[in-house]
Amino acid sequence: MRIFDPHIHMTSRTTDDYEAMHAAGVRALVEPAFWLGQPRTSAASFLDYFDALIGWEPFRAAQFGIRHHCTIALNPKEANDPRCTEVLRHLPRYLAKDGVVAVGEIGYDSMTPAEDHAFAAQLQLAVVHELPALVHSPHRDKAAGVDRTLAVVRESGIAPERVVVDHLNEVTVKQVADSGCWMGFSIYPDTKMDEHRMVAVLREYGTERILVNSAADWGRSDPLKTRRTADAMLAAGFSADDVDQVLWRNPVAFYGQSGRLELDDVEAPGTGATFEGNSVLRGARAEV
Amino acid sequence: MTPDALRTALAGRTTEEGERWLDAACTAVAADPAAVRALFPAAGRRCGRGPLHLAEPYGWTVDDAVRALLLAALPLTGTALHTELTELYRTGDAAERRAVLRALPLLPVGDDALPLVHDALRTNDTRLVAAALGDYATHHLDAAAYRQGVLKCVFTGIPLAALPGLPDRADAELARMMSAFAAERTAAGRPVPADIQPVLARFPEIPVPTATARREA
Ligand SMILES: [Zn+2]
Repeated sequence: MRIFDPHIHMTSRTTDDYEAMHAAGVRALVEPAFWLGQPRTSAASFLDYFDALIGWEPFRAAQFGIRHHCTIALNPKEANDPRCTEVLRHLPRYLAKDGVVAVGEIGYDSMTPAEDHAFAAQLQLAVVHELPALVHSPHRDKAAGVDRTLAVVRESGIAPERVVVDHLNEVTVKQVADSGCWMGFSIYPDTKMDEHRMVAVLREYGTERILVNSAADWGRSDPLKTRRTADAMLAAGFSADDVDQVLWRNPVAFYGQSGRLELDDVEAPGTGATFEGNSVLRGARAEV
Repeated sequence: MTPDALRTALAGRTTEEGERWLDAACTAVAADPAAVRALFPAAGRRCGRGPLHLAEPYGWTVDDAVRALLLAALPLTGTALHTELTELYRTGDAAERRAVLRALPLLPVGDDALPLVHDALRTNDTRLVAAALGDYATHHLDAAAYRQGVLKCVFTGIPLAALPGLPDRADAELARMMSAFAAERTAAGRPVPADIQPVLARFPEIPVPTATARREA
């Protein structure tokens, strides 16, 4: 089974997690830029974080046989701190990088005017840089937040199939399904969404335009929730091909719209010296 | 490495489209040095990222060569060149930083680019560490930093054959450090990499732990 986790914050995870993920079938992932738990107080703090997302973290992932890509943005929570908003000026140069496959996480946290501004400005950056957008939906007042999110997306002119609205649940999925945007679901150990409720959503809405992620970060979360969902799908009678669509082909199709996904060696492993050479170049440990 | 040698090596390792892109990019950079800022990050997508020589996994890559040629095309010298280079490195992803390091011997920068080499040697990214210890470091890096760099290679599994400065830049102090490393490894019951031998062999007066020559099958 091959798994692509389309939303996971590996900066906050250990090498044990990388090993367990690889053993469970995870071969590729996308790490969205987000809040670190401790608020940042300057743009420079973001730049070091972004540099890690296009430098050290992909190197770390490659050592465990996992392809790492990322999304770059000013997150909605910190868009409210005037000391941080200067980072918007620096985004274009990151959006030109190879490993950056979307603008994100953008969207709403508390639905303030500052968030309105950062959200709209970054959707325009996605259009200009021809990148998809990963939109975080607010955890509080979610249904109203998703409505407002979809209105801003429509107004921006970005094509709906280039947008995923994430952290959905049974209450908010229909709005997004009708909008033409991709539907993202974060599967957590408690609250929010679990793998069995996810299976019920897949039964009702089908397997198209749906992304399932662990959204694992520094909080209580489980980087193997993608695999748990795959197992729950199989147990509920979905076919192996359905599982492959939801947990591999869908994220490949969505982020592939960036033109920058690079999966050659994970899709065709062990096919000769070139692939092995490449994996060393990407950071896989050489035998000593 | 010279620009001509890079051109020759690139033939057949990139597509025709990639070569056309590179020619146009070099022309653009020669006319307007600021154009390099947008072209530099795109080199891998346009021209490829595989190894330039298939047998050298820690050697040059196609995108390294393309980026080095872009830098060689810059009509800049002195402070202007140093400023542009530092900015490209500082704002680059890992592949762009690696390419700047590799290109240093092709550029008229004297000792000015040493801070970039030191920055790369502070990382734990083996691709950057290996690139930092290329021809430029061989000729410009001070002995203490060079020794620490070599030792870092040994610890992180970068084959010493990837370093053009060895064994010529090895000194007695480096041999002593290698011998101490071998003693530590031997005491721990761990294998000692065989590629430290050429360094030790240059300094027969440095005592070597007996198990040094042992190599894991
Ligand atoms: Zn997240």
